[in-house]
Amino acid sequence: MQRGASHFNIASVALGLAFLYLPIGILVIFSFNASRLVTIWGGWSLTWYRELLHDDAVLQAAWISLRVAALSATAATILGTLAAVVLARMGRFRGRLLFSGMIYAPLVMPEVITGLSLLLLFVAFNVDRGFWTIVIAHTTLTMCFVTVIVQSRLVDFDRDLEEAAMDLGCPPFKTFLTITLPLIAPAIAAGWMLAFSLSLDDLVIASFTTGPGATTLPIRIYSEVRMGVKPEINAVCTIMIAVVALGTIAASLMVKRGVVRRERAALGAQV
Amino acid sequence: MGPHADKQRWGARVVVLVPYLWLALFFLAPFVIVLKISLSQAALAQPPYLPVLDLAAGWAGLKEFVAQLSADSFRLLASDTIYLLSYFKSLEVAAVSTAILVLIGYPVAYGITRTPRAWQPLLVMAIILPFWTSFLIRVYAWINILQRDGLLNDVIMRLHVIDAPVAWLSSDTAIYIGMVYSYLPFMVLPLYATLEKVDESLLEAAADLGCPRWKTFWLVTFPLSLPGLAAGALLSFIPIIGEFVIPDLLGGSETLMIGQTLWTEFFSNRDWPVASAIAIALLMLLLVPILFYERLQQRSLEGKR
Amino acid sequence: MADDGEAAQKRAASEKPLLVRFDAVGKRFGPIAAIDALTLEIAQGEFFALLGPSGCGKTTLLRLLAGFERPSEGKILLDGEDIAAVPPHRRPVNMMFQSYALFPHLTVEGNIAFGLRQENVSRADIAERVAEMLTLTRLQGFGGRRIDQLSGGQRQRVALARSLIKRPRVLLLDEPLAALDKKLRAETQFELMELQRKLGTTFVIVTHDQEEAMIVADRIAVMDRGRLMQVAPPAEIYERPNSRWVADFIGEVTLVEGRMAAGTIIGTALGQLRVADIGVAKAGDPVWLALRPEKISMSTERPNGERNAIAGTVFEIGYRGDMSIYKVRLADRSLMKVALANMSARGTGRVAVDDLVWLSWPPDAGVVLTG
Repeated sequence: MQRGASHFNIASVALGLAFLYLPIGILVIFSFNASRLVTIWGGWSLTWYRELLHDDAVLQAAWISLRVAALSATAATILGTLAAVVLARMGRFRGRLLFSGMIYAPLVMPEVITGLSLLLLFVAFNVDRGFWTIVIAHTTLTMCFVTVIVQSRLVDFDRDLEEAAMDLGCPPFKTFLTITLPLIAPAIAAGWMLAFSLSLDDLVIASFTTGPGATTLPIRIYSEVRMGVKPEINAVCTIMIAVVALGTIAASLMVKRGVVRRERAALGAQV
Repeated sequence: MGPHADKQRWGARVVVLVPYLWLALFFLAPFVIVLKISLSQAALAQPPYLPVLDLAAGWAGLKEFVAQLSADSFRLLASDTIYLLSYFKSLEVAAVSTAILVLIGYPVAYGITRTPRAWQPLLVMAIILPFWTSFLIRVYAWINILQRDGLLNDVIMRLHVIDAPVAWLSSDTAIYIGMVYSYLPFMVLPLYATLEKVDESLLEAAADLGCPRWKTFWLVTFPLSLPGLAAGALLSFIPIIGEFVIPDLLGGSETLMIGQTLWTEFFSNRDWPVASAIAIALLMLLLVPILFYERLQQRSLEGKR
Repeated sequence: MADDGEAAQKRAASEKPLLVRFDAVGKRFGPIAAIDALTLEIAQGEFFALLGPSGCGKTTLLRLLAGFERPSEGKILLDGEDIAAVPPHRRPVNMMFQSYALFPHLTVEGNIAFGLRQENVSRADIAERVAEMLTLTRLQGFGGRRIDQLSGGQRQRVALARSLIKRPRVLLLDEPLAALDKKLRAETQFELMELQRKLGTTFVIVTHDQEEAMIVADRIAVMDRGRLMQVAPPAEIYERPNSRWVADFIGEVTLVEGRMAAGTIIGTALGQLRVADIGVAKAGDPVWLALRPEKISMSTERPNGERNAIAGTVFEIGYRGDMSIYKVRLADRSLMKVALANMSARGTGRVAVDDLVWLSWPPDAGVVLTG
């Protein structure tokens, strides 16, 4: 009965989405603008993309960013899933309060603080800053996001399935691997994607924890942007948007199909 | 019990210890170091601070270490108004941004819950998607629009609303636009999650007892959405205080936010102790809201279990 | 069958004034017709029950009356006026939800007073009426409690109090006792009846529990797949079902197939059976004799006299404590159900499985059904 959306409701959602997508849309369109200036439309052109291909610095930075993101996302997903299991499945234990505190704090902590503190840690232990320090830093930050997503899925998970498996003779750890994990895979995948995007996107923490030869794409873009708007930046941004959008769509399609297959298999395993 | 149960218990311990130790080492421990550096003095050395704790020097080394600690950096913070102004500016920007976020985010989140069930996941995805493209890119996109020779001026000049281009950039307005734009998903998502869980039968009961739609919203839906609203507000307010990128790219040079001040002290002035002191002071400032957020999360965790 | 229904309704309704009338009401959800051309009258002050299997439309009918659904066809009349277009918050009808739907952010007092706060009732009056309700539902002293501090039974009473305080013309109860355990349910059934008698409010209850419907209701409407099967007081539905479906749905029954012979004799595979009332059956019609298990006697020797008697072998005994249900296999391989009270403390007494017994019943014990 209450499902009717009023005009106000529809307008709010539409305006909200327009607000979110308008600047991105403009950016994408103007990456194809032959003219340098934003206010003059010089016709469709791929000039800036061509320029981009010759810009070694940017391409290098993009490659580094991708590798950092992939590594840190994977590490964050593993650690984050473990933490989620702890929070969702293990009852009270000594230090639980501190543990959950450490999980939720990075979600709200300003990045300048975490960036600074990590850098000072590396300096104190005489660790050379560069590629790997960024990876460690990103892992630490993004694992908390993974935990939140996976934990909320675990809490909603139907425990009956796990109990049925154990009743049929499957030890708890194996139950987790063969029954629970496959069925919460979409949440884990979503966590990985989020960690990947956060890492790809991060400027502040990367700036603090980077070293020679480890310039990430955001650092590169930032230094260019400070000097004014350059159309090549529009081009690289458009490419990044395209990659993330296609990646998200591909991932969600894959996950959907995978989930259906696994759910059928999981049901079959219990019959 | 037997060996099997022991094996299980050890397995459980490993599962807890791995993330625990990681976080303790890379999240918690660094704060201790920041505290220590904030009590140090800047030096033209590598690392650029004194004293450096030399464990090899033993007890005597430790005593000398403590003797060289000083609260100079904190005194500087308290005395030089530029720092105090930065803190206040940050609080002001965060408060106003959060207020705007609530005003815009609530109708959007509520609107999504009123659309047909099948559409909702898609709409939520649509809200999240920009968030998964680069943060920097999106701020950059606003520069495109807001700059002197940018799109906004172009459009409103063509509409003859104004004659000369307005400097939208390098202003507080630009900062607010950037903040609201970047943090909107943080406000909408937890709010939507809470609103979506409100039991439909509660709304029917309110109608049955005499409430027209707006009253049902105000007396039942809104109070039940408060935890989600609080979560969204805190997820925005706290990080906004320490924001660096948005004020740096979109703001002017009149007043800096505390994140910018910290950045400048660290990268431009190479004054690590002062930067650390700023961080510690900021942490103290945020302690209450962070603890509040933790309480909120604990309560929702308890509720679910 | 429809005629019989209308007549029975009119008979009952003439004693009390009419309150609610469903006039050829239909409700479709997409291609599915949840309710199909249904006409029903409910009198003022009645305790009326809607009974039927899942999916029969009883809950839909209730929600139509509450205003949460609008009819696809037909009219819903309350005190003679069509209320189909009136939104739920303006109907003088209140509902007690199956899940109770108590507001978690309000106290017990806040929940109960909620409905009154939407009207222009003064603070003092609200306080007085809430206190009255708390006493009526035996919740004195609970006003300040939070909902999550209450037991299931207490929550149910808060839900009841909340829906009664506005003194509605009709109180709708959607499976109100489903979540309670057997003992509490029995107590609450009597409480509900007492409450209804005291207040004189029309109660309409939806339940899938036949026993419950028969205990509390003045009249029952038995529904199947969106249609009314029979509307009558409980005794009539039980003793005089109007079809095989109703006879089978309510309680236990044995249906004996046969053909109407001359006079009051039915020819069946078990022999000639004598009945007292042939209803609408005519000679030559195929009929079914509906026999309730408690009306049949069991003995080891063939009884004399006017009673119908057949022999059989005890196939299964279901011990229920107060009585036992015997399934006896007859000559034509069919099973007849017999219910006997366990008179002695020695359980099922002297009869055991595989024993040869005689079953008998008087001619007026069964009902002749033609459909």
